[in-house]
Amino acid sequence: MSDEVRTLVIDGRDVAGASGQSILSVAEESGVFIPALCHLAGLSEVGSCRLCMVEVEGTARLVASCVTAVEEGMKVTTTSERLLAYRRRAIELLFMERNHVCSVCVADNHCELQELAKTLGVTHFELPPLHPACDVDATHERFVLDHNRCILCARCVRVCDEIEGAHTWDIRGRGTGARLISDLGKPWGESTTCTSCGKCVQVCPTGALYEKGRSVAEGKRHRPYVPFLVATNALGTGRQL
Amino acid sequence: MSTIEDARAPGEGARRRPPEPLVPEGERRVSANVCQAAGCLSMQSDLVLGALRDRVEAAGLSDVAVRRVGCLGLCAAGPLVEVPELGRLFDHVQPDDGAALDSLVTTLSGGEPGGQAMAKEPFFSHQVKVVLERCGQVDPERVEDYLDAGGYEALTKTVTTMSPEEVIAEVVRSGLRGRGGAGYPTGLKWTTVAKATSHDGKFVVCNADEGDPGAFMDRSVLESCPQQVLEGMAIAGYAVGAQHGYVYVRAEYPLAVKRLNSAIRQAERSGFLGKQIAGTDFEFHVEVRIGAGAFVCGEETALLASIQGGRGTPRPRPPYPAASGLWGRPTLINNVETYANVPPVVMRGGEWYGSIGTGKSKGTKVFALAGAVVNTGLIEVPMGLSLRQIVFDIGGGLVGGKKFKAVQTGGPSGGCLPEELLDMPIDYESLAQAGSHMGSGGMIVMDESTCMVDVAKYFMDFCREESCGKCLPCRAGTVQMYGLLDKITRGRGTRHDLDTLQSLAEMVRTTSLCGLGQGAPNPVFSTLRYFRDEYLAHIDDHTCPAGACRLDGGER
Amino acid sequence: MVATPARTLSPPSDDKRWRQVEVRMRRLGHRPDGLIEVLHTVQELFGFLDDSALAFVSQSLSVPPSKVYGVATFYSHFMLKPQGEHTCVVCTGTACYINGAGALLAKLKERLGLEAGGTTADGKLSLLQARCLGACSMAPAVVVDGEVHGRVTPSSIAVLVEAL
Ligand SMILES: Cc1cc2nc3c(=O)[nH]c(=O)nc-3n(C[C@H](O)[C@H](O)[C@H](O)COP(=O)(O)O)c2cc1C
Ligand code: SF4
Ligand code: FES
Repeated sequence: MSDEVRTLVIDGRDVAGASGQSILSVAEESGVFIPALCHLAGLSEVGSCRLCMVEVEGTARLVASCVTAVEEGMKVTTTSERLLAYRRRAIELLFMERNHVCSVCVADNHCELQELAKTLGVTHFELPPLHPACDVDATHERFVLDHNRCILCARCVRVCDEIEGAHTWDIRGRGTGARLISDLGKPWGESTTCTSCGKCVQVCPTGALYEKGRSVAEGKRHRPYVPFLVATNALGTGRQL
Repeated sequence: MSTIEDARAPGEGARRRPPEPLVPEGERRVSANVCQAAGCLSMQSDLVLGALRDRVEAAGLSDVAVRRVGCLGLCAAGPLVEVPELGRLFDHVQPDDGAALDSLVTTLSGGEPGGQAMAKEPFFSHQVKVVLERCGQVDPERVEDYLDAGGYEALTKTVTTMSPEEVIAEVVRSGLRGRGGAGYPTGLKWTTVAKATSHDGKFVVCNADEGDPGAFMDRSVLESCPQQVLEGMAIAGYAVGAQHGYVYVRAEYPLAVKRLNSAIRQAERSGFLGKQIAGTDFEFHVEVRIGAGAFVCGEETALLASIQGGRGTPRPRPPYPAASGLWGRPTLINNVETYANVPPVVMRGGEWYGSIGTGKSKGTKVFALAGAVVNTGLIEVPMGLSLRQIVFDIGGGLVGGKKFKAVQTGGPSGGCLPEELLDMPIDYESLAQAGSHMGSGGMIVMDESTCMVDVAKYFMDFCREESCGKCLPCRAGTVQMYGLLDKITRGRGTRHDLDTLQSLAEMVRTTSLCGLGQGAPNPVFSTLRYFRDEYLAHIDDHTCPAGACRLDGGER
Repeated sequence: MVATPARTLSPPSDDKRWRQVEVRMRRLGHRPDGLIEVLHTVQELFGFLDDSALAFVSQSLSVPPSKVYGVATFYSHFMLKPQGEHTCVVCTGTACYINGAGALLAKLKERLGLEAGGTTADGKLSLLQARCLGACSMAPAVVVDGEVHGRVTPSSIAVLVEAL
């Protein structure tokens, strides 16, 4: 693993990262904010939410910054009219795809989706809501899975597989019919692989996975071990692509 | 719920045993080639083969062969029987059509030749056959036939007289580009894989997923001459330094799978696959992997995930498969037709191949001609032929003399080309400029009774169902675009919906992870570009000019 | 969980077909990446994949159950419910669509009282829909019990289905 230094420009600022490090990770370290939902430091990257897309000078296409390695002399733009419009649209697509009613959600005020919507200035929706009525699985003794709030970021799938080593979660079906599943698509409470470690609950960006008995006000994530995960995994997937 | 123990595989035992061909003991004077590919088989050409065989035997014609061959091209007129020595073609031959069979027997026994003279048919005379040279000429289930037709000479030449660099140089010289859709230069891809270092092997993969609705080229090639594809793969293996190959075939093509498997076994037996190929140290093994009904698995990274037993979801590139593919090893992925082009390129030289076609699009292209055209079927034409020549000369114009409206190329990520583009030459660049693309080669002709908004909706329906669901823009965006198109075809759309549709399409195209999402808006863009009037008619006048949509809110 | 190596996994029942599944898995070296092939084998033998089959495959190949389920539901070829004795697949590829596949499907739905993907109450017939069977030159195409029929009309399809 060569940890050579790469210097580049992000939004007009000179920054430096290691070879193989992602644009997003260098931006985070340098204090430049790039919206991201599927990315979580410490977990492998899937590049699926597409919110982190940025412009790179000399390339006509946009690139997903979480899965694009920095290169020497790169010039990256993280915000523009076009990017903002696409990001707002992405947030809108998420809000319209499932039923995200913030006022009655346990994650109200502690939700990454809600926060992003505010940051990006999403004020109105043009598209019609699809809002399928999804199940709420409360069969686990400590936790609840509410599919209505799930954005299919697959953080839980990855943390369970890559950190806990249980691989209780996966995705069923495809397209907009895709759903988070445990084991053979059976209720969570019946899972024989779940260790009840709660990591999935800690990494969920919305109110799809939450701990029972917490009132709305207490929805705040407790992530005592997420920094630890990042530290132990820093040499792995988080930094190196 | 019933358990698995009560069930039997559906449709078991329903298929009849195919009749065997008739091979004369001595010299064969003439032969009757009976098409046994999917198109003609669906019109009972297997029974035709049996009936003809019986009659030839009864007539005591001991120097006549009744052969099982692959696709003869003119699928619309099936079942087809060709007498190649006399250049005659018999169409619409029914197994119980005594007159047609009599005429065939008369022709075969040296009497007055019946059927059509093929040389006179524009369907055949405009074509140039490189990939399809042996389709319809050899028995797909007999390697001997392939060998008689010069098969495996290219592989023998490759491994005994050429270095891998020389093979690649020949492919580069030919100008061959990928036939699976994107048109990436094949020689360049081979060079990259050849240069990639690996301590534990490389792989060669043949993409036979052929998911574009309206495309059946790869199917026909695999059903008609599977050996040519295997030969191309083996040459590729030699060139890039791989010893293992996979053919990923979609499950919807059982006959292609069967013939491919039997071709692999026969090639192994004849020493053209396996160890010590053509007596050298080169070894190459091929396995078949069967898809399971997911269009997105045609995308190369999804295909690799599927071969490795996982969900067929694409992943971001780089790394490209050429650097990190199957099990992380360098992997060459090409389309069926791309590989089938390789043996002729090696045998006759890249220069010869490059002399066919246009500046940047060399060689020939196989198209599956379908839809509202008279001569539906499989054709191979030099690049640069015009759409008009394909639709009207080869295709014989529209069924029932109806008015031409559009031709759709490139599948769900392609576009609809209008009448004013009929004189455009068919090559990668022209098609892309016109807002469509080559795709894998499906060409669907539409007449005035087809509504273009409905076509756009049809393709969006396809994409939303086939989206893998991993990335947001494609997963949710295709559903929303479908909703807007549906609203418009029902006569409930507004001009504002049209703007929303356009901006959403722009976003999905630019931000989706893989080619499925990036291409999904194309049918919308191309129909908006050439047939905007039709959208407006639905919106402003609440009418469907083609009379295809029901605007009262009912389903079509 | 206690790790007990060399578990002997027994198939869901003593149906002989499980032997064939086991042979297939052994040939594939019980490698996790043989999952799709093994699912193909099970479905070929039994017609569909039920929970006990999925659990058995999951354990035999050491693939987490959620991954097995994720794969089985990703591909439309895999069936998690038993299919009818006969199957009728209507192609709705582009060529078939513009040549009237919609009308065929509507006719069948009405006649059988089914949606695409459904099976008649007596378990006799399953109605399926496919995206392009590659028989475009014969559009519209229908596959009844594995046999392709070309240029099908609403009345000829009725005859075909009636004959089952
Ligand atoms: C959604 C999608 C579907 C595709 N389907 C096919 C296919 O069915 N057959 C094929 O050869 N290539 C298909 N491709 C293209 C492949 O990803 C790949 O480019 C091709 O197999 C490379 O071979 P070539 O260079 O010989 O064309 C598809 C691509 C996408 C994005
Ligand atoms: S574009 Fe569509 S098919 Fe491709 S990765 Fe995204 S969701 Fe999957
Ligand atoms: S954070 Fe990069 S795609 Fe989601």
